[in-house]
Amino acid sequence: MRRLLALLVLVGGPILYLSRRREERRERAHLYFDDGSMVTLERGAPEAERLLALGRDAL
Amino acid sequence: MDPAAALADLIEISSQVDAAVVLDPEGSVLASTVEDAARSERLGRAGSALLAAGDESAATGDRTLTQLEVALREGSVFVVREEGRTIVATTSPEPTSGLVFYDLKTSLHALAQGAEEAPAKPKRRTKKADAGA
Repeated sequence: MRRLLALLVLVGGPILYLSRRREERRERAHLYFDDGSMVTLERGAPEAERLLALGRDAL
Repeated sequence: MDPAAALADLIEISSQVDAAVVLDPEGSVLASTVEDAARSERLGRAGSALLAAGDESAATGDRTLTQLEVALREGSVFVVREEGRTIVATTSPEPTSGLVFYDLKTSLHALAQGAEEAPAKPKRRTKKADAGA
């Protein structure tokens, strides 16, 4: 039983961590303008953080 | 079409939209799909704040921000503004953004058309009023 738990932690832990990191990287803001252009602000950019925080408030 | 009817249509048409509010030019909630008034206000305020933050962003520059999407793990927030009115909507994670924007714009167009048609409608005169005149 202990071995099984250890195996689950060893295999599942990194998978869970990597999937969360991948999901976090997908967090972004898209701004669309009247001239038809669009800007994407990725998570980590200072301007994106403010928009992402406001988005979280909305959800 | 009035704002409540436009939102009812939106929820019926778009399976991706979880909640939506329509705001007037001052940012007040005109209609909402959320029964909880406090939650509606919070969604409206967040939508207005998102537009303000987008307007102030260096990325915007001289351009005019018309719509935005914030994609998060928990879901996405969409804000579209046209002719003074704003619609704010939330969806589940990874929505089809193009379709959501299309549905939100359709709702705003329906609202704008309703607003244009409403004052043009002549008042019905009743027989009583005619007789009195």
